[in-house]
Amino acid sequence: MYFDFEKLDSILSEHKPTPGSLIGILEDIQEEFRFLPEEALVLISSRIGVPASRVFSVATFYNAFSLIPKGRHVVSVCLGTACHVRGAGDILAHLRKQMNVDSSGTTSDLQFTIEDVRCLGCCSIAPVLKVDDEVYGHTNPDKARDILEGYKKQEAGEA
Amino acid sequence: MRIRSLEDLIAAKNRGLATLYPHKAKIMVGMASCGIASGSRAVMKALQDEVRRIGFDASISPIGCIGSCYKEPLVDVIRPGQPRLTYANVTPAAAVDIAESLASGRLRKEGLFTRIEEDENLVDGTRVRISSGKAAVSTGEGSASSGQGTAGNPSRRDTGASDSSGQRMASEPSDGSRGTGAGRSSEARTPAEFADIPLFGEVPFFKQQKRIVLRNCGVINPDSIDEYIARGGYFALHKALKELSPEKVIEEVKASGLRGRGGAGFPTGVKWQLTRNATGDVKYIICNADEGDPGAYMDRSVLEGDPHSVLEGMTIGAFAVGAQEGYIYVRAEYPLAIEKLQLAIRQAEECGLLGEDVLGSGFNFRVSLSKGAGAFVCGEETALMAAIEGRVGEPRPRPPFPAQSGLWGKPTNINNVETWANVPVILARGGNWYAQIGTEKSKGTKVFSLVGKLNNSGLIEVPMGISLRDIVYSIGGGITDGGKFKAVQTGGPSGGFIPESLIDLPVDYERLTEAGAIMGSGGMVVMDDKVCMVDMARFFLTFTAAESCGKCAPCRIGTYVMNETLARICEGQGREGDIEFLEKLAHTVKALSLCGLGQTAPNPVLTTIRYFRHEYETHIRDKRCPAKVCKRKFTPEEIARLKEEAAQKREALKGSEAPGSGEQPSPLKSAGKKQSGAQTRTDKKDARKRKD
Repeated sequence: MYFDFEKLDSILSEHKPTPGSLIGILEDIQEEFRFLPEEALVLISSRIGVPASRVFSVATFYNAFSLIPKGRHVVSVCLGTACHVRGAGDILAHLRKQMNVDSSGTTSDLQFTIEDVRCLGCCSIAPVLKVDDEVYGHTNPDKARDILEGYKKQEAGEA
Repeated sequence: MRIRSLEDLIAAKNRGLATLYPHKAKIMVGMASCGIASGSRAVMKALQDEVRRIGFDASISPIGCIGSCYKEPLVDVIRPGQPRLTYANVTPAAAVDIAESLASGRLRKEGLFTRIEEDENLVDGTRVRISSGKAAVSTGEGSASSGQGTAGNPSRRDTGASDSSGQRMASEPSDGSRGTGAGRSSEARTPAEFADIPLFGEVPFFKQQKRIVLRNCGVINPDSIDEYIARGGYFALHKALKELSPEKVIEEVKASGLRGRGGAGFPTGVKWQLTRNATGDVKYIICNADEGDPGAYMDRSVLEGDPHSVLEGMTIGAFAVGAQEGYIYVRAEYPLAIEKLQLAIRQAEECGLLGEDVLGSGFNFRVSLSKGAGAFVCGEETALMAAIEGRVGEPRPRPPFPAQSGLWGKPTNINNVETWANVPVILARGGNWYAQIGTEKSKGTKVFSLVGKLNNSGLIEVPMGISLRDIVYSIGGGITDGGKFKAVQTGGPSGGFIPESLIDLPVDYERLTEAGAIMGSGGMVVMDDKVCMVDMARFFLTFTAAESCGKCAPCRIGTYVMNETLARICEGQGREGDIEFLEKLAHTVKALSLCGLGQTAPNPVLTTIRYFRHEYETHIRDKRCPAKVCKRKFTPEEIARLKEEAAQKREALKGSEAPGSGEQPSPLKSAGKKQSGAQTRTDKKDARKRKD
């Protein structure tokens, strides 16, 4: 898969080349490329002196990392206790169905990835969902759909 | 500019006071995550635009969350010489009106929620009258029993020369809201039109609160280190570094009776002592801000609203145990908290309150931020340290405890955000002052995120020992839509459910553990009768099964099997014996798991069985969910049988015989063959029930 080696290089140069930087590097790469390209993992391994097996085990252990590309907008539906009690499960099910996502939760045009998250810490305005870094409170299936439609329109406008 | 002496600190304090209580109108907007999600950014923008448009000279400042999240977005205004007024549920249009009315001098009354006459400075125990900006005159009512105080909203304007050192302790003890109310006689300048707006300490949501950890949340601008200092911040650090020895600091913390607020409740002073006694030149301090429990968000609120309180606590801790380096491990799901922390660390370093030569004392302490990557198990201390080291976040057996061998094999002291935020106040007021609050074994206060099916949800800080009833009904305002209280869940996936019969239970570490739940990090989710307890147990086990790191078999397999069994029960495929099986498995997982995640994961199952066994039985025997939450799933055999039954019924109706008097049909033949005896028996019972 194609990716920008220069960007990768600049990310790597921002971190100390020590094993302790591994998670920080992976976080930055995930944010930049929206996934962890395999080639990048191998490169990191040699750069910071950590076996590739360990880089892969870290990359597959934490929820924040993905080996396949995520959508341009990551929609996190909170399934924390307060949200669950107030019907968050329905919102997630509706969005998945409406957006027609695949098993990894991503739409075919890579616009959205819909995933669940355990607690965004906004329990008092449950149920909540987060699109990228924006949190929306007191949602329901219809409101959630409208929010995503808004992002769609915004992107169509920019195009 | 660097702060090296008490004089420098006082100068910073005065700068902070000047912005905290300016000589002009001030508008504050609650800009924590929950406020922003409720729309406070638009409110902020509307206010700024309007103030600029009408050319009104007012200062606008963001503040953290004061806790009443159900009233967000919140806007506070102070006019010189008048009390602080809080507007609730403010829309951008209302914000424009508020700005206009503030400029015109005729304040909008609509949407006013509460009024604050006095601020209390918890660090030196004095009060300030907001309307005059001067230290409040003691009404004579206050006694030294500050532990009895309630929703003290700490702050004061330091004008008296005698206490400008910031060192005077408790000379004018606060008396919580009662003091606030008693001072009404001197409210010469409080307009009569606002006299009917309830005082902060009279609002039911705040009345029984005692805000120590949340002392600055919703009061100061979290981006201003001066405002933190103005409220007594970093004076405790100054005291520790310049007046006390590390041993004396540990003594004070021990005397306070403070116990770990992350949930396990280990005495903080003892932990510090262990790390101090450990041999080694290099030691570490860690702040656990990996607040993973669903339903808990007090750490987020403290980090967003008052990040310096945590930094100050950590620096005092580092001095006590002899560490020179510290880490804050914070969840990536909290972007705003990370932003505020980064800013706070930078400010503290610039002021010489962190880094080399702290406060000119020769003591060095650096703090770095370590961002989590989304793994619940990293809230466990050994897993957290593995994550900081850049490895897979798997726990390891203890001993050795972190105090002996922690981060990179060095002695490490790890405490939770809320624990650290308590430390400066304990140091300033003394351990004995803190120990007056709370119960015999659980001292001080605890912050809870009170959420779920409640009228007033938000963040509360209450003295230990308060009853659940007071929390749910007095503070929480009862159940939404007139529903019926069923249970309260404490401690998240590690905790349990407490039923209505135990609602008068005093909340402290021991009593909650006796009830099968735990204090946990402080999530408190209230449930009404529309919630199914089996479904809730399943909810938590789905979570722990997914978040189990997989290192030890009891947790990896145990949580998976418990979750599977619960799913089967929820779907109407439960069997006789399932409850007993769950209980046995739960005890096994509890006893044999490696870390806290597995050792506590069965608690939701055990407490729901203990208090709501009948719900399990209804699911298993009658194949139905009393709360109508669980969706019945049918096996192909059952579907075939039901079809057959329906066909027979139709036949019976067609014929002359009355329905129901026909001979017992045998629709179970096909199902019975493939299923166990127990299943067949319940199916027969079920079939009979259906007939009835």
